[in-house]
Amino acid sequence: MNALHSTAAPPSSAAERETAIEARGITKIFGAANGFMALDNVSVAIRRNEFFTLLGPSGCGKTTLLRVIAGFEPPTMGVLSLNGRDISQLPPNKRPVNTVFQNYALFPHMSVANNIAFGLEMLGKSKSEIKDTVTEMLKLVQMEHLRSRRTSELSGGQQQRVALARALAPKPEVLLLDEPLSALDLKLRKEMQIELKRLQHETGITFIFVTHDQEEALTMSDRIAVMSAGKILQVGSPREIYAKPAERFVANFIGESNFLNATLAGDSVTLDAGGRFTVTPPEGVADGEVSVLVRPEHASVRAGEPGAGELAVTVETIVYSGDATTLHLKLATGETFKAKQPNAPAEAGVLPAEGDSAALTIAPGAVTVLKD
Amino acid sequence: MSEASLTTAIVEERVKPAKRRRAYNVRRLPGFAPIALFTFFALYAPLSILVFYSFNAGTSLAIWEGFSLRWYQQAANNAQVLDAAVRSLLLAAVSASVASVAATMAALATTRTRRFKGRTMIYALINQPLMVPEIVTAVALLIVFAWIKVATGYTGMIYLIAAHTAFCIPFCYLPIRARLETMDDTLEVAARDLYAPPLKVLTRVTLPLLWPGIIAGYMLAFVISLDDVVITEFVKSAGQETIPTYMLGQLRRVVTPEVNAISTVILVAGAVLVTLFFWISRGRR
Ligand SMILES: Nc1ncnc2c1ncn2[C@@H]1O[C@H](COP(=O)(O)OP(=O)(O)OP(=O)(O)O)[C@@H](O)[C@H]1O
Ligand SMILES: [Mg+2]
Repeated sequence: MNALHSTAAPPSSAAERETAIEARGITKIFGAANGFMALDNVSVAIRRNEFFTLLGPSGCGKTTLLRVIAGFEPPTMGVLSLNGRDISQLPPNKRPVNTVFQNYALFPHMSVANNIAFGLEMLGKSKSEIKDTVTEMLKLVQMEHLRSRRTSELSGGQQQRVALARALAPKPEVLLLDEPLSALDLKLRKEMQIELKRLQHETGITFIFVTHDQEEALTMSDRIAVMSAGKILQVGSPREIYAKPAERFVANFIGESNFLNATLAGDSVTLDAGGRFTVTPPEGVADGEVSVLVRPEHASVRAGEPGAGELAVTVETIVYSGDATTLHLKLATGETFKAKQPNAPAEAGVLPAEGDSAALTIAPGAVTVLKD
Repeated sequence: MSEASLTTAIVEERVKPAKRRRAYNVRRLPGFAPIALFTFFALYAPLSILVFYSFNAGTSLAIWEGFSLRWYQQAANNAQVLDAAVRSLLLAAVSASVASVAATMAALATTRTRRFKGRTMIYALINQPLMVPEIVTAVALLIVFAWIKVATGYTGMIYLIAAHTAFCIPFCYLPIRARLETMDDTLEVAARDLYAPPLKVLTRVTLPLLWPGIIAGYMLAFVISLDDVVITEFVKSAGQETIPTYMLGQLRRVVTPEVNAISTVILVAGAVLVTLFFWISRGRR
């Protein structure tokens, strides 16, 4: 059993050393006859010590991918490896991977301490080692004062901490977290986000985190995989995902977006509405008609006639939201455009009024060519 | 409409739902109290009379001749009654135990497995004995056991135990399955995730949580076995009286309050058992 937790044979290359979990061509079809494809040829490499997030809308297959990694669901096709070792055939109790369940799944017939001790006992650890680890874990999640409580007598946030401690106690290689914060209220949620980051940092365990909250994904992750309909569309750092989304779906799912029609020629793109920008188009996009993305905060509007490098727009509506003002504009082509301006102190009068013609400037480098 | 009356109308509109909700209380329906009282009377009056006359000093079941414990003494000193009581309790204990084990396994097999062909069919087959008239089962067993008795020459308790176990299984199965269905099965997944092999999942998570269901099934089976007349009467060999068959035999002769005394003891034992069960299962929650 202890061999379970020793790391695999010394890796041969630097790239290999980095990878903890690797999925190759994982496909999951539910139901034999008219099967439903919940995972469609998913390939992804998750690095060691990484906070990796699976982000996607409801029903896109996030839970299914976690269940495949944990071993609860055998994949229909594909290979799963951990530290370079194929674990596709191992049952869940032989995988050094632990899960924090969405409903916590704490054992109601055991105390907090016994819940945390469970995994260690099953691994055959000695009594004294179990006791020490349980105390250490209780300290880690700040629950020492509640060690002999019944789990049914805990608040939601406390149950959350026990679930985390229980999953971390056996020191797994990888921790899987399926929307662990979705049952908490906003304030507790923010607290637990910081707490989770701290735990990941302190334990050095690879976290695979599931959420459908884009803000949570952006603030917490080292890297994000955006999923849709059983596929991984893009993997990258929060900055890459936000600034350089490869597809319209990714851009739309994360943050606010403007999609514009344009013509691509080499590394230069000309908007139908006017203006030429230098871009690095993604692979596989040919010259000609393309769709481009501009984030609302990467454009600015001023009252008055457009000068050189500015686009002529009409202001339709203005929405004030405290820290910023969003202007809904109409371009010369009839396309709509949202521009978000931070609110500077006492500078009223610079912004145009509703119904005015105005001048729009798109920042250089703000234009991203999309694959579709 | 004046402004004042408009306001009143709005207020009344707001108050209405609350009034209507209160009217849903069935206690307000006409005749609720008399029906409830009559039902309780019908349930408990005969029992009260039975218990009352068990303390009768005379030999009659209808004429009160003063208080005495005479019939309890007589029953306690009656070797036949004691023999039947021991047999009844032993039979109930063994049958309920075996039935509980079998029913637990059946309930696990019909809820904690991947859906397989015929799972619903098996569920139906386990419960079917509840639908078969007892007398039919009794005759069928009589015939089969008669063959075996002739063939082997063995006439021990095993026939009664087998028969009682068989008809107890569906009674055990129902509460156990009900409990399994309401239990969160991610707990078992979580145990598996925490390195428990399948057998440990069963002993450390499933069974401890299932315990109240098993106890309920056991108690039900125990009482059903203790109470059975028809099948026992057909299956028993000579001299294998249980309390119910002994009492039935007595009815064919002179009926004395001894029967009342025995019944009262069974009644009290049953009540204690049920109370104990509620106590245990509440502590377990
Ligand atoms: N056991 C199953 N049998 C059949 N279909 C299933 C099963 N489990 C999941 N699915 C289907 O697979 C798809 C993906 O499910 P999954 O639970 O992975 O989604 P998810 O991304 O976790 O969604 P959510 O954000 O709502 O939790 C869904 O359409 C779901 O209906
Ligand atoms: Mg899910």
